[in-house]
Amino acid sequence: MLKIENLHVSYGGIRALRGISLEVPDGKIVTLIGANGAGKSTMLRTISGLVKAESGSIKWNDKELVGLSIDKVIASGIAMAPEGRRVFSDMTVLENLRMGAYLRNDKDGIEKDIQRVYELFPRLKERNWQLAGTLSGGEQQMLAVGRALTSRPQLIMLDEPSLGLAPLVVQDIFAIIREINKTGTTVLLIEQNANMALKTADLAYVLETGNITMSGTGAELLVNEKVKEAYLGKHKN
Amino acid sequence: MSRILPYLLSGISVGGQYALISIGYTMVYGILRLINFAHGDIFTVAGLLMVYAAATMPLYISAPLVIILTIILGVLVEKVAYKPLRTAPRMSVMISAIGMSYLLQNTMWYLTGGLAKKYPTLPWISDKINVGGTTTSRVTLITPFLTVILVIFLVMLIKKTKIGMAMRAASRDFETAQLMGVKVDSVVSFTFIVGSGLAAVGSMLYFTNYATVTPVVGAMPGLKAFVAAVFGGIGSIPGAVIGGFIIGICESFIKGASWTTFSDAFTFGLLIVILGVKPTGLFGESLTEKV
Ligand SMILES: Nc1ncnc2c1ncn2[C@@H]1O[C@H](COP(=O)(O)OP(=O)(O)OP(=O)(O)O)[C@@H](O)[C@H]1O
Ligand SMILES: [Mg+2]
Repeated sequence: MLKIENLHVSYGGIRALRGISLEVPDGKIVTLIGANGAGKSTMLRTISGLVKAESGSIKWNDKELVGLSIDKVIASGIAMAPEGRRVFSDMTVLENLRMGAYLRNDKDGIEKDIQRVYELFPRLKERNWQLAGTLSGGEQQMLAVGRALTSRPQLIMLDEPSLGLAPLVVQDIFAIIREINKTGTTVLLIEQNANMALKTADLAYVLETGNITMSGTGAELLVNEKVKEAYLGKHKN
Repeated sequence: MSRILPYLLSGISVGGQYALISIGYTMVYGILRLINFAHGDIFTVAGLLMVYAAATMPLYISAPLVIILTIILGVLVEKVAYKPLRTAPRMSVMISAIGMSYLLQNTMWYLTGGLAKKYPTLPWISDKINVGGTTTSRVTLITPFLTVILVIFLVMLIKKTKIGMAMRAASRDFETAQLMGVKVDSVVSFTFIVGSGLAAVGSMLYFTNYATVTPVVGAMPGLKAFVAAVFGGIGSIPGAVIGGFIIGICESFIKGASWTTFSDAFTFGLLIVILGVKPTGLFGESLTEKV
């Protein structure tokens, strides 16, 4: 379980997170929704160690993550597909997946997990040897998710996996997120597409300018008037 | 042919030496986006170390020892001058590099008293041999082969091994490489190990052709190796190697045409032309690719 308490993060003078507390229980899909600049990416980047926390604590299976180097955080069973895909453009699809498993040494296990990614994303299998930079946007997003899976994480963090994708592909991606979760992987999902995210999530948090303003099950927030108005594009009559 | 051959031979040989030095520039740039101005001085230090080592030890001990000491120096320079500035603006790191370069130079002045030190005659390597009617030293023949072997080895290392893959990932996207669990510090250290090691090998091949080593004598070949790296497309290893050979051969022919005075001017003229016509060099990545 991931348990965050009173987390503060600043960039220079800008306070991006102002005392966040949230929980990600094992085996669940948890989503964090919020407007542009609310601090969603900052949250994930702080968990992974890319950004330093100012104060507060991030407990992962009762172990403190604040202050750990990034590779230690990753080694503890957390993987992240960053915002904007960020695939290694001059490496092949297969090499990208191998990079995801960089910290692992069990060759057979890695091969098995790469095959599993290929089962989830048959498109990637066909494009095994293609340079990642030449993939379409949707394929790159699949690769970014696949790459995060090959480390065989306990917790996978996805930063806007549906960004810029066609509606049908978005459906696919969400189906795969559920699929990943079914095999026991905990998912922490950031989304602009609040509708899909809330439908998929067991638990949801709403982030506004660095503060959590609402939380509840996905179903609860989906019918919440304030959420409807601000994030689902539905107005009260 | 017999008139051209000696110039071609010496051009290829000097080119190989430039190539070995330029790999250090290009690899460090590829990872840190930093021109390591101290690299030419590390090359010179390797020359001086050989002067001292060869005075008391046989070649089969002194050569590996010099390579190891040069590697330690290279890694140390990184830890002291660049690592603390990992997140600093690029201009600060550049100033630190220039400072490091002068520090090394001045330390050499201090230790040698500014006197030219006689470079040892390395057994076998310095022997005179006859190629197609021209007399030359064995090093002229060895250099291109050794260079090509080392480069092939290096390219395989980067293509096939885990640390090589980590290097490629980090040179593209530092942050995402870290998210895969790559320890950037180890990758950077590895880069300096390879670059300094090759510079040490290059220095042995280079100084064998010269009588003495002074603290500033490495500046010129260092600069030319840098031009070679830019010419080939900084960041690209094959580019740096080809750049090194082209510059070496061109210089040698210019000298052969008794325009020796212009050979340096040629190299730097070339730099200006490349920067004007194709700033990314022969094999350079386009600058927009790095997001
Ligand atoms: N490296 C940085 N330096 C300075 N400010 C930053 C940096 N990264 C983010 N910020 C600021 O922190 C705030 C939160 O940014 P963050 O990227 O976490 O938002 P987000 O919720 O992910 O937004 P989006 O939905 O647009 O991705 C923003 O005001 C942003 O400008
Ligand atoms: Mg974001």
